[in-house]
Amino acid sequence: MESPEQICDRLLARFPGAEISVVTNPGIAAQHSLLLGAAHARAIAEFLRDDPTLKLDQCSNVTGIDWPEKEIVETKNISTPDPANPAAPPKVVEQKTKRLQPGFLEVVYHLYSITHRHGPVIFRLRTGNRTDQATVPSLTPVWRSCEFQEREVFDLFGVTFVGHPDLRRILMWDEFKDHPMRRDYVEPDDYEWEPTPHGAVLEKAKAHYPTPPAPAAVAPVKGAVA
Amino acid sequence: MSVSDLSALTAQRATPGARVREVHDSFHGDLLEVSMGPHHPSTHGVFRMIVTLDGETIVKLKPVFGYLHRNHEKLGETVTYLGSMPYTDRLDYLSSMTNNWAYALAVEKLAGQAVPERAEYVRVILAELTRLLNHTCLAGFLMQDCGCSGTPLMYAFREREYILDLFESLSGSRMMCNYQRFGGCRVDPSADWLAGAQKLTDRYGTFLDEFETLLTGNEIIMARTQGVGKLSPELAISAGVTGPMLRATGVNYDLRKVDAYGVYPRFDFRVPLGDHGDVYDRYMIRVLEMRESIKILQQALAGLPAGPIMDPKAKLRSFRPKAGEAYGRIEGPKGEIGFYLLSDGSPNPYRYRIRPPSFINLTVLEDMCLGHTVADAVIILGSVDIVLGEVDR
Repeated sequence: MESPEQICDRLLARFPGAEISVVTNPGIAAQHSLLLGAAHARAIAEFLRDDPTLKLDQCSNVTGIDWPEKEIVETKNISTPDPANPAAPPKVVEQKTKRLQPGFLEVVYHLYSITHRHGPVIFRLRTGNRTDQATVPSLTPVWRSCEFQEREVFDLFGVTFVGHPDLRRILMWDEFKDHPMRRDYVEPDDYEWEPTPHGAVLEKAKAHYPTPPAPAAVAPVKGAVA
Repeated sequence: MSVSDLSALTAQRATPGARVREVHDSFHGDLLEVSMGPHHPSTHGVFRMIVTLDGETIVKLKPVFGYLHRNHEKLGETVTYLGSMPYTDRLDYLSSMTNNWAYALAVEKLAGQAVPERAEYVRVILAELTRLLNHTCLAGFLMQDCGCSGTPLMYAFREREYILDLFESLSGSRMMCNYQRFGGCRVDPSADWLAGAQKLTDRYGTFLDEFETLLTGNEIIMARTQGVGKLSPELAISAGVTGPMLRATGVNYDLRKVDAYGVYPRFDFRVPLGDHGDVYDRYMIRVLEMRESIKILQQALAGLPAGPIMDPKAKLRSFRPKAGEAYGRIEGPKGEIGFYLLSDGSPNPYRYRIRPPSFINLTVLEDMCLGHTVADAVIILGSVDIVLGEVDR
């Protein structure tokens, strides 16, 4: 099978102006993937499915990944020579620059070819951000297997798939508000009183019950010394 | 009813106070929406289908999931790599051994972990026993769904217990085996255990003969299942259908042959294929696959090499794979079960994703049920072979 780089070159020749790049996998598995821009994703997916040498007719796995915004600290050593004494060794100052890497959501597709028995070819789509531009084009019209899996990514990650025929929540109930697979998801505080709270549960209990219910009166043990 | 009767009836109806109820013949056009489940006994758990009926014919079917949802994937991100292993038992709780293997395979791919030969053989033995167990149960449940109440299912469950006894004596647990490890298996099977497995393998064919005598040529079962729930190979491929469901449509795609993982290339076995893609073919494929599994078991038990069961260099605790990602998959009894792992170098996976075969096989449930009756929808669902622990995760 062609390597991701070769596929990338062929795609660039076929779709001039499309945003396609290879994402290297640093791990031992070395399953590299293609990063596709949203504009041409649907056309490229159809090309991958129909191209006679690739013929990736099965989209095996669709999944989401959440990348929240991250503060990246870069450390740089800056050496400044002393103007009074040029012969002396220059002063080295460590300078830290903080950079905010914007967050985004990623959808990963694993493709296999049943006809040619090869694969996987992996590609990724990225959303603009995690809030108002959390959309990618739906590939359900290309591979039917994306139908439920994209619904799942929509449900758990909050990625809206444009062009999906039936985009509803699938695992959570319809009235549910949040997206549980996001990294910053906070589970609802549904604390219920329990008789013997301890540890973190005790702290929670204190927040919910400033004056805890009185323990049941214990009958004095017979013969006990007062 | 003659014409004169009719006119008499009309006259009666015109009379005030007449007590003839009007018959709505226009009822034919009305659609009826029925909610099957989540507590319907034929849904194999808590699964719900919203079925729209025209008379008794299904015109629309929407599955509803999530009654057993516990966000397994989030759990996987909060525990270590090894900590997820017992959770994988709870996915498809009929075939915990293959779930373990799929997860172990994905982690081994991620970390570049080698597996000793003996462990590979033991994995094959356990995976094929799981396949026997799963397919036997499925055939029993399918007959139950057809209306053969009790008997075939109990025959299947009797055989299942023998396999579960083997699992229990090896791993300590009947169903939640938690047996595979990254780089091998947890305990080495003893000579006694292997003798027991050999005995079971030798006599399993006899059970299958008995089972098939009762069911395969049965006229009622053939009438009930042939031509029902047909699936075309093109749709099956596009919808990501895998496992016996895909092969029943005639597509030759078995990961044991295609990916050749483990030591499967060393064994001589065939991949049974169906012709029509209906419920009967799906039942037959499973019976034929069991026969092939027995062949694999015989070869694996005969060729089991001596040696370590765990790679001595394998790390279980304080296990931190290098940053990167890996997707590993195996041929489970229900289809392609895969794990996608994304590591950021910490002890927990950054992303832990399960590719559930029975969930994705349900994509085509509506397509298979359209035009059939409610009673057929029950056996079509039965032939998909779902376990809700895996569908809802």
